Amino acid sequence: MTEAVTIPMEHGLLLAGILFLIGLLGVLVRRNIILILMSLEIMLNACGLAFIVVGAHWGIADGQVMFMLILAIAAAEVSVGLGLLLQVYRRIGTLDIDAASRMRG
Amino acid sequence: MTDFIFLIPLMPLVGFTILFCTLGNLPKPWVAFVGVGSIGTSALIVALLGVEFLSTKDHAPILVHLYTWMNLGGFQPGFSFYVDGLTLTMMFVITGVGLLIHIYSSLFMQDDEDYSRFFSYMNLFVAAMLVLVLADNLLLLFLGWEGVGLCSYLLVGFWYQDPANGVAARKAFIVTRIGDTFMALGLFLLYMHLGTLDIQAMVDKAALTWVTGDTTVTLACLLLVGGAVGKSAQLPLQTWLPDAMAGPTPVSALIHAATMVTAGVYLIARTHELFLLSPVALNVVAIIGATTLLMAAFTALTQSDIKRILAYSTISQIGYMFLALGVGAWASGIFHLMTHAFFKALLFLAAGAVIYSLHHEHNIFKMGGLRARLPVAFWSFLIGSAALAALPFTSGFYSKDAILLSAWQSGPLGPGLWAAGLLGALLTAVYSFRLVFIVFFGEVKTVPDKPAGWLMAGPLVILCGLSLVGGWFIIPVSQVFPAAADVSHDGLIPIITPAIPILGVVLAWLIFLRRSVDVSGLTESTWGKALTHFWFSHWKMDWLYDHLFVKPYSFITYLNRRDIVDWFYNALAEVLWFVHDIAATSQTGQLRTYAVVMLFGVVTLIGIFIGVRLT
Repeated sequence: MTEAVTIPMEHGLLLAGILFLIGLLGVLVRRNIILILMSLEIMLNACGLAFIVVGAHWGIADGQVMFMLILAIAAAEVSVGLGLLLQVYRRIGTLDIDAASRMRG
Repeated sequence: MTDFIFLIPLMPLVGFTILFCTLGNLPKPWVAFVGVGSIGTSALIVALLGVEFLSTKDHAPILVHLYTWMNLGGFQPGFSFYVDGLTLTMMFVITGVGLLIHIYSSLFMQDDEDYSRFFSYMNLFVAAMLVLVLADNLLLLFLGWEGVGLCSYLLVGFWYQDPANGVAARKAFIVTRIGDTFMALGLFLLYMHLGTLDIQAMVDKAALTWVTGDTTVTLACLLLVGGAVGKSAQLPLQTWLPDAMAGPTPVSALIHAATMVTAGVYLIARTHELFLLSPVALNVVAIIGATTLLMAAFTALTQSDIKRILAYSTISQIGYMFLALGVGAWASGIFHLMTHAFFKALLFLAAGAVIYSLHHEHNIFKMGGLRARLPVAFWSFLIGSAALAALPFTSGFYSKDAILLSAWQSGPLGPGLWAAGLLGALLTAVYSFRLVFIVFFGEVKTVPDKPAGWLMAGPLVILCGLSLVGGWFIIPVSQVFPAAADVSHDGLIPIITPAIPILGVVLAWLIFLRRSVDVSGLTESTWGKALTHFWFSHWKMDWLYDHLFVKPYSFITYLNRRDIVDWFYNALAEVLWFVHDIAATSQTGQLRTYAVVMLFGVVTLIGIFIGVRLT
């Protein structure tokens, strides 16, 4: 077996952090609900990446277990999120999240 | 028959339940069958019970314990019925007269849409009234007492579509409730001192606890009198009865003449052993009776509504009963209660027949010459008025004569009470025959075109008979009441007493029929007019109460229209609203605001966490 090329943990965490911020920024600035959902997915995957990286660094399986959990949660979140999205569209007639502000005040 | 005593109040209650639960969906003949049949069964049981009771030598009271109502720390009022001569007399009146009135109503109310509702209320009334007289303890008596009050309210406001009837019903209910409050306080006081409300045990204990004239027993008796004057429409709570005439005429006959309004008399007679301990309370009862009978008699003299005349006459006659109780002539009072039930029910039913034939005409000055057209009503009225005026050999004569003679011999107040009663008797004769002469004699003003059927005529004829011969009945109360002092028949008194009513009839004949005595000069004078108006408005009692209680109360409610107590709670709510408005500004409805705030919060928390770990 050849020596595996190891990626330094710092690089992995940095990538995860950058992905998380990109996702967060997407959630904050986007108005289209679909894009907000996609941004959320990016954030979730950034978390998953962080778990994998840390798990690999410490050589334990917990990180991968957590990633599987996050995958499951993400799937559930998307299905619920898409359902909500459809309802929002049906009631408001647009996918603009700023239009769904009836609960203010 | 002892085993069947519980059926006496139960049968009308069953009738009420059937009629009430079918919501008026039964055909009218069935309703009449249930409504009249239930009372008929009760009357039959009472009759059989009466025969059995009277055939015993000693007339021993019968006590039937059905079950214990409640058991609270030694306080054990039961559903127990106590039957003695007094109860039996009352039951005889309630079921007997009640049955006749129910038969009469089955035709009188024929055209009414709420036929079934009428009979259900009437049956409930009879049930409650029977519980009232059968009760062996004051709490059960109070249950019946309130039950009849409820039925009175329901039946006065029977034609509720007219708001005026609703006002009359509420007035009747509220005014009697004032009396009932006094009575409830009286019951509390008696229970506090005697530890029981069982009437027989109570009076035995009272005789041991108090000496004659004790303040506590006087107070308790006066509170009971408070309840009695409310229910029996005596001074100062009599104002509700004339307005209660808003109900159907059979209701006036049954509830507001024959039975319910005499409940106060029954209460005082039932607890007479307590009253014997308190001469003050007895004098109060006698004075209330004498005053009320005079006031109501003067008022009856000026009224023009046929039913209101009879209502004031009822108040006046109950005044005689109170007078009798007050002077210790218990048996005479109860005797007058019975004869009054006969002739007043007769008068009301006859008035009902007149009103029925004239399509709800109440004003006596629009009637006239009805003698030939309505012979049954005419003879009923004549006999009823004769008994009411206490003409010799009618039933009213025997009872009223006994009361007046007892009043004469009752200590220092006696002659005064006797004179008041005698003046009342004169007025009674005048106003009752004024009614007869105006309605049935003279020129014909309205032609009746709706003859009353035999279902109405039958009860009238029977009541005519009872009004005539009722004076010879001997009510079995000798074991209940202490023997009355022998009424001496010396001097002019026994001659004057029966002569006065005859004088009254002659007077009425001269004024209202022959018109040989012209009183218009007297009534048209300034003073005469003022006095007539004063009497017509029943001594301005309604006006007085209106200004004394209703107006001040309305003024206070007007002052408090924003409810001072609510100020504090409203202010509390205002503060909460203010805080709410501030907090609500953070709720923008913008998803990204929430996300930023969340981010900020999470960063802050992590920052704090790290900061804590580092230090």
